[in-house]
Amino acid sequence: MKKTVLKAGALAFAGATMLALSAPASAQEVSACLITKTDINPFFVKMKEGASAKAEELGVELSTYAGKIDGDHETQVQAIESCIASGAKGILLTASDTKAIVPAVKKARDAGILVIALDTPLEPIDSADATFATDNFKAGELIGQWAAKTLGDEAANAKIALLDLAPSQPSVDVLRNQGFLQGFGIDLKDEKMIGDEDDPRIVGNDVTSGNEEGGRKAMENLLQKDPDINVVYTINEPAAAGAYEALKSFGKEEGVLVVSVDGGCPGVQNVKEGIIGATSQQYPLLMASMGIEAIKKYADSGELPEPSPGLDFFNTGVTLVTDQPVEGVESIDSEEGLERCWG
Amino acid sequence: MSDAGAAPHKQDFEEVLDRSDKSVAAFEGHEKNLMDRLQHFLHGNPTMVPVIVLAISIIAFGFIAGDRFFSAFNLSLIMQQVSIIGILAAAQSLVILTAGIDLSVGANMVLASVIMGNLGVQLGLPAPVAIGIGFICGALAGALNGFLVTKVRLPPFIVTLGTWNIFFALNLWLSGAQSIRSQDIDAQAPLLKFFGESINIGGAQFTFGSMLMVLIFAVLWYVLNRTAWGRHVYAVGDDKDAAELAGIRTSRTLVQVYALAGLVCGIAAWAAIGRVGSVSPQSFQEANLQSITAVVIGGISLFGGRGSIIGPLVGALIVGVFNSGLRLAGVDVLWQVFAIGWLTIIAVAMDQWIRKVSA
Repeated sequence: MKKTVLKAGALAFAGATMLALSAPASAQEVSACLITKTDINPFFVKMKEGASAKAEELGVELSTYAGKIDGDHETQVQAIESCIASGAKGILLTASDTKAIVPAVKKARDAGILVIALDTPLEPIDSADATFATDNFKAGELIGQWAAKTLGDEAANAKIALLDLAPSQPSVDVLRNQGFLQGFGIDLKDEKMIGDEDDPRIVGNDVTSGNEEGGRKAMENLLQKDPDINVVYTINEPAAAGAYEALKSFGKEEGVLVVSVDGGCPGVQNVKEGIIGATSQQYPLLMASMGIEAIKKYADSGELPEPSPGLDFFNTGVTLVTDQPVEGVESIDSEEGLERCWG
Repeated sequence: MSDAGAAPHKQDFEEVLDRSDKSVAAFEGHEKNLMDRLQHFLHGNPTMVPVIVLAISIIAFGFIAGDRFFSAFNLSLIMQQVSIIGILAAAQSLVILTAGIDLSVGANMVLASVIMGNLGVQLGLPAPVAIGIGFICGALAGALNGFLVTKVRLPPFIVTLGTWNIFFALNLWLSGAQSIRSQDIDAQAPLLKFFGESINIGGAQFTFGSMLMVLIFAVLWYVLNRTAWGRHVYAVGDDKDAAELAGIRTSRTLVQVYALAGLVCGIAAWAAIGRVGSVSPQSFQEANLQSITAVVIGGISLFGGRGSIIGPLVGALIVGVFNSGLRLAGVDVLWQVFAIGWLTIIAVAMDQWIRKVSA
């Protein structure tokens, strides 16, 4: 009891200070918060870099918060509360728990704060004012098209291994997988579901946990099912690196197309060395810097960011990185990919 | 209770009298039924349960999944796939034999592999030095667990739950959550990938990592069964107070057990780099639980002091055989997880049943 009273008191006090301080502060300086899942993952490190640089450029005062580990929901809620109390104009958030964070986000929006979800859409997606993210379906589609075009007529006889993320099929897993199949020209059946396709070219699906060890094991298992696999889709680049190790140990590394998504520096390096054929690069730095711009704009003119046409979020872009470009699929080479990679 | 209405005045106890034991108190009879004999046999040979299960499951999956499963290559592949969890299960067994548990084995191993990678690839130290330091770090991390268990007198579950998180955080900090690429290891310190090398015998592919797993189990079997120290480990796990009264320095033995388990994790770290191909800070997040599963299925009692070290090797292989067999039979991943879950529970139930043997 006592604790709740104290907490309420603290909040009321914080609210009062906010009222007292926010009016003069906003006249000179806009403040914003960046809340990420962790501050260790290179993806989020890059995000922080992008936000800090843009904030400095536009004269926005930036505070950054991060959960202790991926999935640390409680710390993110506390961070949102701190941001409300500090009178921030906007919050950029990559939520660890996309459903549970919604009430806290609502509190912030009720306080007049612009909340932008970065990278990870909230559930429902309109719980945030806007979402700046990679179009993961498009990311999958690009590598699917690239693989099909690279094979040419042989695409009709392809043998495809699909290395996914987890049995629970989180949204990023589904979008990338289904995007790839769409790009390759395979009937998706239910596009919200992995593994319901019946195209004989698919050898099988397996899960990797998005790391090298899982990638290797999954590839070994699928090679056991059919040693003639010649197209390997992977959820991310660590899984692709693991899959390549398996191919190597089976003596099959020649003539197999490995495609992936992410655009992290080690992954692009693997494109350069021919281990990964093509990867779809995403831009965490851009998500964050565009987020800061949107907050500044909102603070100055009250204008809300608009989603990309035809999507319910703002697409921060995805680019195919490959050293074997094909006609009809726009791409950059690995040199350029390395300049733009994260991590 | 079908005749309850027919005899309303009968007293309750009379009603069930004819179901009671009418034999006179006696020592155990000589006639034993088949189950009793089996129970006795398994009590005397606890490793036989997993061995029988392994044999049956290999034959069964041979029928279900066909030649793709029952080939020399696939069986050797299963060994490769379980080698890291198997080695960790060896470390886990040592601790569980003392009635403890080590939740930190996986994190300890990944931390040691990151240390090896950082020193050998990024700082460019000679690979043997990097590997040696990794071993030492593994052993020290284990010794820390042992110290907290014996000197600060905390329960092993709590200690290793804590150090699991600590090692994991250190791993992310040292690695920046970024993998070291296979090709960079090849260029800088190829020795780190030594256990990924393999030799082919008659279609089977044996990696040095698979052989290392078998070697570690063989050495530990010798140590536990043929040295005084090994018998002390069993004694401490069976009854710590009795062991103390018998003159065993139980605390010292315990710290040594945890440190040895840590060293084995360090060795597993080297093997893991070979197996995965890169130094991967995100891999093996569930290795601790998988190692416990292998130990339990292998028939080592969680109450300490009982079970053969060979059991967990068989336990790890059973898990590998199930995963491979179910997958080749076209079973979805989530049902593989389901099957392993039941296997674990059945294994512990078997252990309880065997323990109840009327000696």
